[in-house]
Amino acid sequence: MAVTGAILVLFLVGHMTGNLKAFFGADSFNEYASFLRTMGEPLLPGRVALTIVEVVLGVAIILHMWSAISLARRAGKARPVRYAARRKAQASGYAVHTMRYGGVVILLFVIYHLLDLTFGTVNPAGWDGTPYERLVASFAPERWWVTAFYVVAVLMVGLHLRHGLWSAFQTLGLASGRSYRPLKLTAAGVSAVLVLGFLTVPVAVMIGVIK
Amino acid sequence: MSERAKGMNLTLKVWRQNGPQDKGRMVTYRVEDVSPDMSFLEMLDVLNERLILEGDDPIAFDHDCREGICGMCGMVINGVAHGEQVATTTCQLHMRHFEDNAVITIEPWRAAPFPVVKDLVVDRSAFDRIIQAGGFISVPAGSAPDAHSVPVKKVDADAAFDAATCIGCGACVAACPNGSASLFTAAKITHLSLLPQGQPERDSRAKAMVEQMDAEGFGGCTNTGECTAVCPKGIPLDTIARMNRDYLRASK
Repeated sequence: MAVTGAILVLFLVGHMTGNLKAFFGADSFNEYASFLRTMGEPLLPGRVALTIVEVVLGVAIILHMWSAISLARRAGKARPVRYAARRKAQASGYAVHTMRYGGVVILLFVIYHLLDLTFGTVNPAGWDGTPYERLVASFAPERWWVTAFYVVAVLMVGLHLRHGLWSAFQTLGLASGRSYRPLKLTAAGVSAVLVLGFLTVPVAVMIGVIK
Repeated sequence: MSERAKGMNLTLKVWRQNGPQDKGRMVTYRVEDVSPDMSFLEMLDVLNERLILEGDDPIAFDHDCREGICGMCGMVINGVAHGEQVATTTCQLHMRHFEDNAVITIEPWRAAPFPVVKDLVVDRSAFDRIIQAGGFISVPAGSAPDAHSVPVKKVDADAAFDAATCIGCGACVAACPNGSASLFTAAKITHLSLLPQGQPERDSRAKAMVEQMDAEGFGGCTNTGECTAVCPKGIPLDTIARMNRDYLRASK
C-alpha cells in the first residue's frame, strides 16, 4: 500500500506540473505532450521510456488495489457481527473515512480520464485532435458535468493523500511520536497544492481563460 | 433518615446471548434510582440483583479489580469501547457522565477472534497466544539481578513503561474498523524492544507476534487511530510504527 502509493504520488506531482503548461499556450502544451513520447531519446528509442513509466504505474495501481481489497476482506472477516449502536469515530480526521469509496471513485475517474484525454474515445475532439484541442473540448462550458466529475475526483484524490501520505510513513515504520505533526502538516500541504494545481486547468478552460 | 437526592432513571439496551452458539439479541431494561456516584459496573450489579430476585438470568460481564488496572472489564457503550470518557476503563466510568433518562446501548467487543462466551463476556485467549508467540524474554532463572546492573536511558525507560501500561483489555480491537489487534501487539513489542533485555530476540519476536496476530484472524491496520483514541491507557500510535519497523527489519 505504502510503496505503490508513493509511486502514484510521484506520478501525480509530475502530472500536475505538466498540466500547468496549458497556461503557456497550445504550443507549449503540445510540445510537452510529444516530449513525453520521445522522452529518453536518443539513448532509448521513441516511446520506450514512456512505456516503462506506463507499465510501472499500471502495476502500482493493480498492487495498490489488491492491497486495499485484501485489507477490506480481512476487515470484513474480522468483524462478522456489526455493532447495533452507530459506531462513533473517536479519532480525529475525516479523510480516513473516505479511503475505500474514494478509491473506487478515483478508479472510475481514471478510466474515464484515459478514455477522454488519452485515447479520445469519449472526447469531442477525438483521437485526431492535438492534446490541447482535446483538453479545451473536454472541459468546454456546455460539458459542465465532465468538469464536475473531475472536481469531485480531484477532491477525493486530495482526501486520499491527506490520510495516505503520512500513513505510508507509519506503515513503513518511518514515523515516530515526534514526527506525526510535521508529517500530517506536510500531507495536508502536499494534498492542497496538488488539488489546487489540478483544478486550475479545467476551471480556466471552463471560464474561458484557456481556449 | 436524611433526604437523599433522587437517582437517575435509565433505559439499557443490552446484548443477551446464552452461549457461543446462541444467535443473541438486544434486550431492553429499565433501571431506576441510579446514583450518579455508581460506576458503570455497579449500575449493572444493581440491575443483576433485581434480575436474580425476579428469577431471571443475570447479565454476564467480565470484571476483576474494578480499579482500572486488570484489563478484565470492557464493553461497547453507545458504540464506543469503554464509553466516551477518555482514557477510562468501564469499571472506572461513573454514571454522572450520563444524562438522566438516557438510553444506553451495551454490546460486547465485536471481533471474530473474540468469540462471545455469554452476553457481554468474550474469549480473549487470542491475545494470550500472541504473547506466547514472542512476548517474553528468555533469561536464565535465578536470584533477581540488581535493578541497576543494566543501565537504561531515561527516555527509553519511560517509553517502555508507557507501552507496558497496556492491560490487554481488547478495546483497541473493538474500536478498530478493521478489527485489528495492532495496538495491543505493538504495545507488547515496543515494551520489550526498547529495553536492553529485549534485544537478542527483537527480530524473531516481532515476526512471530505479528504472524500470530494475523493467524488469529485479526484485520490489518489502516492507521485510522481509533484504537489509541479509546485505549484506557492511552497507548500511542507510534508503537505501531515501531512494530512495523521491527517487522520489516526482521523480514529482510
